[in-house]
Parts: sequence; structure tokens; C-alpha cells
Amino acid sequence: MAPLNLARLIAVAADTIAAHAEELTALDQAIGDGDHGLNMKRGFEAVRAEADAFAAKPLPDALKAIGTKLVMTVGGASGPLFGTLFMALGKEIAADPDRSGLAAAFGKAVEAVAARGKSQIGQKTMLDVLQPVHDALAADKTAAEIADIADAAAEATVPMRALRGRASFLGERSIGHMDAGARSTALLVRSVGQAIGESA
Amino acid sequence: MSNVGIVIVSHSPLVAEGTADMVRQMVGDEVPLAWCGGNGHGGLGTNVEAIMGAIDKAWSEAGVAILVDLGGAETNSEMAVEMIGEPRAQKIIVCNAPIVEGAVMAATESSGGASLKEVVATAHELSPS
Repeated sequence: MAPLNLARLIAVAADTIAAHAEELTALDQAIGDGDHGLNMKRGFEAVRAEADAFAAKPLPDALKAIGTKLVMTVGGASGPLFGTLFMALGKEIAADPDRSGLAAAFGKAVEAVAARGKSQIGQKTMLDVLQPVHDALAADKTAAEIADIADAAAEATVPMRALRGRASFLGERSIGHMDAGARSTALLVRSVGQAIGESA
Repeated sequence: MSNVGIVIVSHSPLVAEGTADMVRQMVGDEVPLAWCGGNGHGGLGTNVEAIMGAIDKAWSEAGVAILVDLGGAETNSEMAVEMIGEPRAQKIIVCNAPIVEGAVMAATESSGGASLKEVVATAHELSPS
């Protein structure tokens, strides 16, 4: 794989989250507590503020540090969930991973998120995007294909009934809305693909 | 202090502080007690750093029981325990109980010198399984 420009990747991800903050908040207002956009924006701006320091570290350490920063700054359940994703990825990944190493590490990170949220696939959460993204990584799909798969997976949460998180309180009324965490996950997947595509 | 500590974590600082007031009315200063609430930026939410601080404040060698309100408070509390790490982490338990009743019952149990296991069991009795 082409060498990863982590500072650029962070900038693209933070820009994407900032540009979609209102949309994420609107999704969360429909079936949650309405703080997802602001929380994610706060977390990714905090990561952006230290992007150069993160980029100077070896990839595993950088991912762990980004995860810790998200845990400390997001200020909602998304903090530990996205934080755990990055921390576990950092713990599992090699400093210069090939595709199969990346897919394996990502698989472990998805398991860590499931454990943190005591959740599983099909419960209308970010896991419903993470799992197909893992499968696409393992199947050697291109960055553009993976981004499309993530978008479709987020869209597929619309008819689901929420079984975890605040949206689960609404029962059947959670049906018909996209899960905000699934949407933000898909946005991040596309940002990563875009940043990697620029450097390829 | 040798009694089990109690930490109250709510999305709302008003709920957390009010719950702590009710605990204090019941047990006075016999139980190490701390609370936190809010996202750290003036809004509703919970904050891992604040939870870690509350655990430090209510720390007891007998352990600490954490009472939470909604899901994010539980997830953030579990994250805080993990970041505190061993050997202290094994003496910290996030309770599955209603926050107000759980905190008052757990603190009352603690004030009698009960173990962490007993304190947590008392709180858990309030939740239908």
C-alpha cells in the first residue's frame, strides 16, 4: 500500500464530520438525544488540533492516541465506541500493514466495538456499517467500492428497529430513520478512502 | 475510609448532584461519595475524564460502586474503569440499577461496612432481571 499521510487523513475526516455535523445531529434528533453531530465534531476537531503530533508517531501508537483523544473529548456514548475502534485498531495493526493485516486488525477492532457497546449486527448501530466494511476490506475491494458499500450499509439501517442505544427506547418508532452512528461511520470510511486515494 | 465508595454518573449535573444530596442525607460522611454529570462543555452528557476524577475522589480500598443513568453513562463509566486499569479496576463495578434508588440503597449498605459485592448486590436487587 502507498505510505499513509495520516495528517492529511485526519484533516479530510475532520472536514467531513464538520460538513455533516448538522445532518448527523438531525438524524440523532429524530430517534436519539440529538447530540451526535456536535459531539463528533468536537472530537474530530480535538484530533485535528494535534494532527501533526499523531502523524509523527508510528501508526499503531498514532491510532491508539487518536482513540484516547476521542474517548476524552466526544462526550457521549460515541466517544468510547469510536475511541475503542481506533484504540483496538492501533493495538492490532502492524506499523506498515498490508491489506490482509489491515483487514484482520479491523476485524478485531470491530469485535472490540461490539463488546464495548454490548451490541451485535442488526441492532441499528455503527456495527451494521463496520462489519460490511470489514468484509469488503478482506475481499480486497477498492477504496471507492468500500465507501459505496459503507453508504449502502448505513442506508440499510433505515428499516431496522433499534435494539441498542437511546433509539431503542422508541421501539417500532425507530423504524424509518437512519442510525446516526452508522451514517458517521460511513462518512469516515469514505474520508479514509478519499485521503488514501489522493496519496496513491 | 474503609467503606465502599459511591460514584454517581448522570447525563445531567443537576440529577447527579441532587442524587448525591439524597445519599448524604442518608449516610452523612460515612461513605466516600463523588458525582459528575454533563459533557464537560455545558451540555447534557457524560465525560470519561470527569468520571475518572470522581472515582479518584470517592476511592476506597474496599472498592467503588458506580451508579449510572442512561446508556452513554454506562459506556463511558466502563471506559473510565478500563482506562484507570489494574489493580484498581477490579475493585470498581458499574451497577445495573436505577440511579437514585440505587445510589441511596448502595450507600446505605456501604455505611454498614458491607463489602463491594454486597453493596453492588443491594443495588442490583432494584433492577428486574
